Amino acid sequence: MSFIGPSGCGKTTLLRVIADLEQATDGVISVNDMTPNEARRKRAYGYVFQAPALYPWRTIERNVGLPLEIMGFGATERARRIQLNLDLVNLNGFEKKFPWQLSGGMQQRVSIARALAFDPKLLLMDEPFGALDEIVRDKLNQQLLELWGRTRKTVVFVTHSIPEAVFLSSRIVVMSPRPGRIIDVIETNFPKNRTLDIRETPEFLQVAHRVREGLRQGHSYDD
Amino acid sequence: MIAALHRNPLAVIATLAVSGALLWLMAHLVTVKPGVLFWISVLVLWALVWIGNDALSGISTLSPVATRFRNLAVPAIFGLTLLLLWQLVVKGFGISPVFLPAPSDIWVRFSTSFATLKADFIQTFLRAVLAGWAIGSLAGFLVAILCDAWGFLRRGLLPLGNLFAALPIVGVAPIMVMWFGFDWQSKAAVVVIMTFFPMLVNAVTGLEASGHLERDLMRSYGASYFDTLIKLRLPAAMPFIFNALKINSTLALIGAIVAEFFGTPIVGMGFRISTEVARFSLDMVWAEIAVAAIAGSAFYGLIARKQGERGDVQHEEISDGRGGDRGIDGWNGLGLCRGGDDPAQMGDAGPVCRLLRG
Amino acid sequence: MTLVATASRPSLPAALAAGSTLPVAIIVLITIVIWYAAAVPMNKVLTQPLIDAAGGGLLNTLSISWSLPRPVLPAPHQVLAELWNTVFTVEPWRPRSLLYHCWVTLSSTLLGFVLGTILGVALAIAIIHVKALNRSLLPWIIASQTIPILAIAPMIIVVLGSIGLTGLLPKSLISMYLCFFPVTIGMVKGLTSPDPMQLDLMRTYNASTSQVLWKLRWPSAVPFLFTSLKVAIAIALVGAIVAELPTGAQAGIGARLLNGSYYGQTQQIWGALVAAAVMSSGLVWLVGFIERRVARAMGAET
Repeated sequence: MSFIGPSGCGKTTLLRVIADLEQATDGVISVNDMTPNEARRKRAYGYVFQAPALYPWRTIERNVGLPLEIMGFGATERARRIQLNLDLVNLNGFEKKFPWQLSGGMQQRVSIARALAFDPKLLLMDEPFGALDEIVRDKLNQQLLELWGRTRKTVVFVTHSIPEAVFLSSRIVVMSPRPGRIIDVIETNFPKNRTLDIRETPEFLQVAHRVREGLRQGHSYDD
Repeated sequence: MIAALHRNPLAVIATLAVSGALLWLMAHLVTVKPGVLFWISVLVLWALVWIGNDALSGISTLSPVATRFRNLAVPAIFGLTLLLLWQLVVKGFGISPVFLPAPSDIWVRFSTSFATLKADFIQTFLRAVLAGWAIGSLAGFLVAILCDAWGFLRRGLLPLGNLFAALPIVGVAPIMVMWFGFDWQSKAAVVVIMTFFPMLVNAVTGLEASGHLERDLMRSYGASYFDTLIKLRLPAAMPFIFNALKINSTLALIGAIVAEFFGTPIVGMGFRISTEVARFSLDMVWAEIAVAAIAGSAFYGLIARKQGERGDVQHEEISDGRGGDRGIDGWNGLGLCRGGDDPAQMGDAGPVCRLLRG
Repeated sequence: MTLVATASRPSLPAALAAGSTLPVAIIVLITIVIWYAAAVPMNKVLTQPLIDAAGGGLLNTLSISWSLPRPVLPAPHQVLAELWNTVFTVEPWRPRSLLYHCWVTLSSTLLGFVLGTILGVALAIAIIHVKALNRSLLPWIIASQTIPILAIAPMIIVVLGSIGLTGLLPKSLISMYLCFFPVTIGMVKGLTSPDPMQLDLMRTYNASTSQVLWKLRWPSAVPFLFTSLKVAIAIALVGAIVAELPTGAQAGIGARLLNGSYYGQTQQIWGALVAAAVMSSGLVWLVGFIERRVARAMGAET
């Protein structure tokens, strides 16, 4: 599921409230039948930030192992999960490298592996590919979709790119700024094993058009 | 209770006034070996002043003038409380004045020996410190300009300058006394050597601080070396130069006082400290220290104020992305924080961090 | 980078001139020449009668100016000779040996440095974790720095001496006092340097305060720590030297300076100065060396 909207519409804030990084001023948020605080204490979700936020003094494997160390996993279990998740994001062989030795796209993949390492039910992603260029971004979108197909996690994805939202999501929430509100909720029915080519199909363009209409409607207030 | 105080400035001032006055009264009346009850009430009053002061610093609904006054009052109250506690502890526990004199004794000594203190101040601060500081900083600045114009000199002198800046230069004092005699000139010479290198290193760094884009812009105007120097590179170097001036103000005072340990005519702050220590009249030593602390803080504060007026502090923070120190900024302008907190004196964490972050 | 290097490898002299080795060497050389030259006029007061007695002439002037027993300005080779005589011709445990005095100063420097670092780090950790301490402790720490401690080092030594504390410890206390401030300030900066995203990440893991400290804050603060330590060790040495001045201490670099000053032993002063300079740069270099090793272990680009 994706949240899409222009900057300032509160989509990042919403994600941070779900993650219990900020407090809601009003209303009730329920994360898999828990309050955000309970969910955080139970370590029920993995969070991927706009930037990789890797620790520069840790090697790739130790970065992925960081949440496992904190949650008290044993050394052998840690090694197994690090290997598993690095496999998942196609980063075998980079275990001993330091973050600066990797490209931006690879670093963000490490941060995804890190978020998945402790096997949370929920994956929260806050514009994870926003800082990357178009080509790398397409590739990572494809990989994320495959990852999703294999792990069947619930992914909450925040973005301001229409093709990204449409391509990745089974449900798209369109938001508008000032005041932040939901304009439209769109369900998509693309095949599970879709590829980037789908973006040329009429169905895809139709959904993309509806998203764009929703965004434009939200904008009409201040133009 | 603290939260309630936050919302009510009048209650804050009332708390401060009452508990402060009581503490003052106790400091006045205290005799040797008071009972436990006395010390408990001192602690309670101290806590009340502390809470009041904390609340005062936290009030955010003040007019600009009141805020300015408040920013002066908070450290002043802190300092006064410190003096009262000092007085209470020394008098209450009957600590020997040979070990630690009470502020009241120091004050009495200060007012009776004012003429001596004034003569010492003129000799050490107005002559040795100011002359040495000005000459050393100016010389460092001029050599920095030369280094900047002539790359060979920079590459040769800068590593040596960095080396010298970390050396215990105050050790040249006996040599300077031998060369320039017992009077203030030899102390000024020590100060010149101590202040030269920090200014050299800082000014050279500062002259290289202007961005490539800005320099390319000047080049596109066909600006001469001097145009670029005056219009771009010197202004860009100003934060660094001011930093060096601040560091040097601290170094100068310490250098001049320590240099006097190696021989002086019978006047001067360092001379007074060393002779009075030998006679165990510590009240005079503390009076001398008070003069040094006030003069040094005022000197530092004056330079910091000038820097603040130029808006260089902000400039500096933008240019290297380093924020101010937590909780120290407020103290800086008052000159209470002399040295140590400067990025330049701290060394430069920036490049090391960049090295680590890759 | 590699292109430039392979296309035109500069000749050795050119490479030296481009780096800082040759410029530094030349400036050192010029300094030595000026030093020798200056020794002639500066010692003139003492040498004039001797030169006249020897019949004048350039050769006599130079040889007499550069070999006075108590010159105003000793020639560089005289300082070297003094160093040689006090370092290599005497057993290191004799008070005549410069190494003995170096060790006396060095031991109190190092003890003060270690104590000051521990105190500084502990204070910084306390300050960033306890909000009340940030407000209540920091003002005390800053107020403590308004006292020009070096200027009252004599008083502290004398006062501590009067209650029976003598020898290594009082000197170390002065070094410690000078050390802890830059360490505290640097560490408060360093421990609060992780960006909000990295702290948020720890929060999503529901990490404990000590986990955040050891896994995030401490590693982030390491560069700041070393920067502070380089400042701290240099001033610890200055503190130890100045602390030796007042008590008529018999041993240490400071005592060496003071005795040389009393008895006009110029070469002894210069020898002590060179020893202090070597110790200072050696200590700073050592901290820098450890810093580079640690940086490499922490994955810094080399």
